[in-house]
Amino acid sequence: MTATLETSTPAGPARRHGLIERLLGIVWIGPAIAAIVIYVFFVIVGGASGFLSIPGTAGWLNTAAELGIIAVPIGLLMIAGEFDLSTGSVVGAAAIIVALGTGFYGLPVALTMSMALVMGIAVGCFNALLVSVTRLPSFIVTLASNFILAGTSLGLSRLISGSSNVSLKDAGWAEAVFGSKWMFFNVSVLWYAVAIVIAAWVLKQTPFGNWIFATGGNVDAARRAGVPVARVKLILFIWTAVSSAFVGVMSAIMYNQGNAAQGQGYVFQSAIAAVIGGVLLQGGFGSVTGIVLGTFIYGIVSLGLFYTGWPTDWLATFIGALLVIAVLTNNFVRELALNRGKRKS
Amino acid sequence: MSALMTLQSVSRSFGNNLALDDVSLEAYPGEVHCLLGDNGAGKSTLIKIMSGVTPPSSGTLTFDGRPVAFRSPRDAKAYGIGTVHQDVGSIPLISVARNFFLGNEPTKGWGPFRRLDHATANRIALEQIREMGIRRINDAGQLVGTMSGGERQALAIARALYFGARLLILDEPTAALGVKESKIVIDLMIKARSQGIALVFITHNATHALQVGDRFTVLIQGRIASQFKRGEKTREEVLNLMAGGEEFDAAGHGD
Ligand SMILES: Nc1ncnc2c1ncn2[C@@H]1O[C@H](COP(=O)(O)OP(=O)(O)O)[C@@H](O)[C@H]1O
Ligand SMILES: [Mg+2]
Repeated sequence: MTATLETSTPAGPARRHGLIERLLGIVWIGPAIAAIVIYVFFVIVGGASGFLSIPGTAGWLNTAAELGIIAVPIGLLMIAGEFDLSTGSVVGAAAIIVALGTGFYGLPVALTMSMALVMGIAVGCFNALLVSVTRLPSFIVTLASNFILAGTSLGLSRLISGSSNVSLKDAGWAEAVFGSKWMFFNVSVLWYAVAIVIAAWVLKQTPFGNWIFATGGNVDAARRAGVPVARVKLILFIWTAVSSAFVGVMSAIMYNQGNAAQGQGYVFQSAIAAVIGGVLLQGGFGSVTGIVLGTFIYGIVSLGLFYTGWPTDWLATFIGALLVIAVLTNNFVRELALNRGKRKS
Repeated sequence: MSALMTLQSVSRSFGNNLALDDVSLEAYPGEVHCLLGDNGAGKSTLIKIMSGVTPPSSGTLTFDGRPVAFRSPRDAKAYGIGTVHQDVGSIPLISVARNFFLGNEPTKGWGPFRRLDHATANRIALEQIREMGIRRINDAGQLVGTMSGGERQALAIARALYFGARLLILDEPTAALGVKESKIVIDLMIKARSQGIALVFITHNATHALQVGDRFTVLIQGRIASQFKRGEKTREEVLNLMAGGEEFDAAGHGD
């Protein structure tokens, strides 16, 4: 830095930003490029066997939607500097609550759905409370609650119905709301759109969104600026847990059964989608658009591999490699963003 | 003129560790009160008490002639106490405007459509930091992480003053800065002082202290080693005191 601070730029239009510079300033530029490259790759390799067809497109969109309803709030929580690994058990618990309540006991679905969502709120509060009281990393706290809840749902389900898998034949009006399809597209895609709009609005357009960034970026500074950081985390923990419960309810109704052990895949998939989408693991940085692209990438790879005709055993390998590349790219892009505007000496 | 803020016999202990022991000091409007002392002397603890971050174990605080007990930093801020902490409190990966208004975000609209007023936030943030002489910043959407240390100090000072600080506390604002950047911060302090702001300036640097200080308090291991006004001590004496020497140790071996 040789420049002095007083150096004034001429009044009027300020320093010109080049196109490249401006593109690098877009938070989600990395995941956008990755999504396009991966999509084009699978179009070339799997297009002929139907990746581009309507069932193919619906396939990856449905996958992205169910994952995304959880991954988007997980991404916000990660931006605020916390993790939630209890999402998997919340999905399973919610599904089994609805299946047991409505399928086994014949309770009205509105009631069992509400019970599932209240369970989500309770888990969110429990996680937030434990994190703020024990000051343990949320990684450990929520990992523990994931196990506690998984065991509890499995145990209770077997105790009550004799099985971990309970069928739910007719959920009445809820079938249309959570289980309907249009062509091959599940209604979950619409719910995902709603979840995206809410999250994007909150993160970009509200003071609460600013607090999320600040809490993850510098928690002491946020607290001193008057940000209620404990409340920010509480709301986000509740948000992730309720969203997971929602997915549990939806899947129980869509697939006509609930399984206490289902949903564990979401635990890591949601964090992976957020990171691929450019959310910084240490918190303080990320965007809803990026996370959405991360879920698209996840969906495209999962379904795309199927259309290539290659053995799908390799899916996890592919996702793992993608994760490493994503993290490295994101770090690189962020460094560029931070250097943008710094004077070269 | 009466003091804006007074600390009377303030002590603070952390377990067995007495970080502050019976400290009294006064901050006057239009004056810079320099707080000097070695690492671990208790300077940061003292200003955390003044800014509502931690309560004192004993002793009283008076602001504007009335006794006060801050429950939170927000509480202290409401009285007009602005603090720029050692780490500046900036958040590197969010924009200048978002940092500037953190915790006081301007909004427009109503009900569920109440939203950040980005245009107003950007305009005011830019105006305010340019007012501070930071002309290089011309985009309020720029990330704070792209600013230099001095520019971040200026942003934090601009922010405190904009939100009505009457007492401005600066914790080692020049510690990490080069000569030119330090000068910017010192000039900002002089400007604030001329507007009638009371300043508390924590520093290790005797040169910076003597440049702007009107009053001086030297802390050694949580106790006041010396308290004096501008012109009452030579540079050598000040350096000696800061190095932990006795007040009347007149041997002039400074650096
Ligand atoms: N939160 C805390 N818990 C325990 N001890 C502390 C805490 N904050 C400060 N101290 C102790 O109080 C003393 C004064 O520290 P500090 O006020 O940071 O000094 P300075 O800012 O002058 O370097 C040190 O011995 C430090 O270890
Ligand atoms: Mg200190």
